[in-house]
Amino acid sequence: MPYTEELKRLIKIVEKTRAERVARKRRGEEFPLMSMEERAEVLKYHPDYGEEGRREIKVGPSKGYRVAHEIVDLLEARSRVDPDAVDLSQIHVETDVLIIGGGGAGTAAALLAEEQGAKVIIATKLRHGDANTMMAEGGIQAAAKMEKDSPYIHYLDVMGGGHFKNVPELVYTLVTQAPDIISWLEGMGLMFSKLPDGRLKTMHGGGTSRKRMHYAADITGIDIMRTIRDEARNRPRISAMEFSPAVELILNEHGHCVGALLYNMETEEYHIVKARAVILATGGCGRLHIQGYMTTNHYGATADGLVLGYRAGVGVCFLHTVQYHPTGAVFPEQLEGFLITEKFRAAGANILNIDGEQFVNEREPRDVEAAAFIRECLVRGKGVPTPTGKLGVWLDSPMIDILHGEGTVEREFPGKFIAHKRFGIDISKEPMLVYPTLHYQNGGLEYNANGETVIPGLFIAGEVSGGVHGENRLMGNSLLDIMVFGRIAGKNAAIYAQEKAKKGKLTLDHVRAYHRELEEAGIVTDRVAPMLLPDYTDPEVRKRQLTAYYVGTLR
Amino acid sequence: MSGSETEKEAHTTATEEAKPEVAINMIPVFVMGKRYDVPEGLTIMKAMEYAGYKFIRGAGCRGGVCGACATVYRKAGDYKIYAGLACQTVIEPNMYLTQIPFYPANRAEYRFEELKPEPEEIFKLYPEVFRCLACNACTKVCPMDVEVMDAIAAIKKGDIAKAAELTFSCIQCGLCASRCLGELPQYHIFQLARRIYGAKIAPQAEHLKQAAQAVEEGKYEKVLQELMGMGIEDLKILYQEREIEPEMAGEDWEPADKRHL
Repeated sequence: MPYTEELKRLIKIVEKTRAERVARKRRGEEFPLMSMEERAEVLKYHPDYGEEGRREIKVGPSKGYRVAHEIVDLLEARSRVDPDAVDLSQIHVETDVLIIGGGGAGTAAALLAEEQGAKVIIATKLRHGDANTMMAEGGIQAAAKMEKDSPYIHYLDVMGGGHFKNVPELVYTLVTQAPDIISWLEGMGLMFSKLPDGRLKTMHGGGTSRKRMHYAADITGIDIMRTIRDEARNRPRISAMEFSPAVELILNEHGHCVGALLYNMETEEYHIVKARAVILATGGCGRLHIQGYMTTNHYGATADGLVLGYRAGVGVCFLHTVQYHPTGAVFPEQLEGFLITEKFRAAGANILNIDGEQFVNEREPRDVEAAAFIRECLVRGKGVPTPTGKLGVWLDSPMIDILHGEGTVEREFPGKFIAHKRFGIDISKEPMLVYPTLHYQNGGLEYNANGETVIPGLFIAGEVSGGVHGENRLMGNSLLDIMVFGRIAGKNAAIYAQEKAKKGKLTLDHVRAYHRELEEAGIVTDRVAPMLLPDYTDPEVRKRQLTAYYVGTLR
Repeated sequence: MSGSETEKEAHTTATEEAKPEVAINMIPVFVMGKRYDVPEGLTIMKAMEYAGYKFIRGAGCRGGVCGACATVYRKAGDYKIYAGLACQTVIEPNMYLTQIPFYPANRAEYRFEELKPEPEEIFKLYPEVFRCLACNACTKVCPMDVEVMDAIAAIKKGDIAKAAELTFSCIQCGLCASRCLGELPQYHIFQLARRIYGAKIAPQAEHLKQAAQAVEEGKYEKVLQELMGMGIEDLKILYQEREIEPEMAGEDWEPADKRHL
């Protein structure tokens, strides 16, 4: 729906201050960035900083670690299947490398594994390419303009964004591989936004000290996903099993990972895929709606890989922090949670309160920026109320056309422009109403710079992992993460499959042991995990669905 | 089977819930011909979920970019066929609809590195491109407002660059293929055109290869090893001393401090 009369009245206030703000922007005068002390102060209002949202995990390799209730609920849950009911002698299919997850990380891994000569199966919950990768808009970071930038400076930016707690070897790998990743993507035909001479256009993102965000208009993630998926489809040794999420990893008697139990969601059969090496690339957890937040995430982002890896014995780290993207749409209702890329702010749009005033620099790291919005709305009472009683702040997108020429918003942000146009809102003339939205799982399973976990034969890549982003990821480093560590995991898993994989009897004993541990910890529950899909059924309807069980799609 | 209290709470307070917060006005929609009464203002996707559907197919990013939830519908008393994404299209009273979560379309396989930047390559892989009857049904059905027919025409004329530009927003939902009288797999053809354009026609970025090579040659190794060995307090000082490239700076901006370049 278009803006209501009341919101239109409030937009007039924004318009009143716009000319002066544009003039300041042209003079290079920005709202001051916060000092480290000011950052610490505002972060008190960030959802991660309230202990009431968390509890201790009572079982497993990271027992005692406090993370969000919604994640603990999944870790303290039983398998979807009774291990005794699974006949491990019935192998459905065998492969060299099994990749669980068909998003950016999984697909990049598949390409590199295949190049090593491996036969690859991608098992994915929905369609190949259905992933948060597809939804990444802003861009991909790389220090690739040597006259002003270097991996050294990129490293510092990453560490500062992550509160200096990131795992150094992972950050090193991320920033040094970055230029080659962009070059690799360009070679596959990615349509990066370019200057006439072929140099890539670059922008700032929150927390960057140099403009090193490369992008393909505002659909960088789509273009990466559709391009590398197209390439994977060309490779005869790669095949995809769609609508077949993994529900357990399978180990062998030596404790090595040798496959997974897949669930065909359409026929409700369980299948065993045996592999010489396995890569977990299942993505994040936005659909858990941590602390009740709306999310930008894909339908399938339900932390499945965390559950699988944790049960098999891989610890978790940095999972106490979750990223709330500062700018999710809060109006119109239909677009709620819809990601409004940080690039709007990078292109010059101001953030404003109900009085049309700036209260924060637009390029603080995401956690700081989001916390500042929350403080402005909930503590200072300067939020803009929506017709459904929510609060938001203005993102003044019309400034972009004034600063960079008419038509810029439509050209640079076609996805957002069309999405709003459907509801009668022209974002090149009217500002957008935004509020923080659950966006990214900063932490995850522990791994090293070779993509290895503590379990031989089990590799991981992408959002399911934890460490490279520390406590807070910067914009443009997740697409980079999945490409860098996807490629590494793919290559190393293929080499492992050829050189190190050891034959042995298949087992689900780790699942039995986990069930015993749950019982010993006094956790009596009929919850099952992984969740696979969220449930948005009307609660009244659910009450009448007498033969359906709503923790995932278990029926 | 139920989750813990916290889980329940999260699910019921999640703002994406298909629950209206204001006065409810129920309207009828017909899902594959069967009537359900749902609150007005919902998207097709949320209306179906409200009614009790739980998607396995037909739902994806829920943000209008993945192409999983292509839907066709008609309105009462209107002969026209309409199409949209279920996650983006708001329901109307007496709309009757069905999702098309998948539509078969042949995809050619190729060795990308061997392709030349010439339209003949596309003609060889997709000879059916010349079966286009220029009826424009593809363009009319496209939920992303892509000029589908014009892009096919551009390919026929050999203008790969134009086809690539015109189809940049394509989300590969397949609706075009579902309506095509000439039986073209438009979205696969466009993918090929974009890749040829991006890799073999558009000017390439030489600076990427130089930067990757500098890393390869170990140019930054020493300074990075120093950073990796540094304590948090020292890192914080370096971090706060960073020289920030001004937002409005042009492409020719260079930092004053060039020590770590």
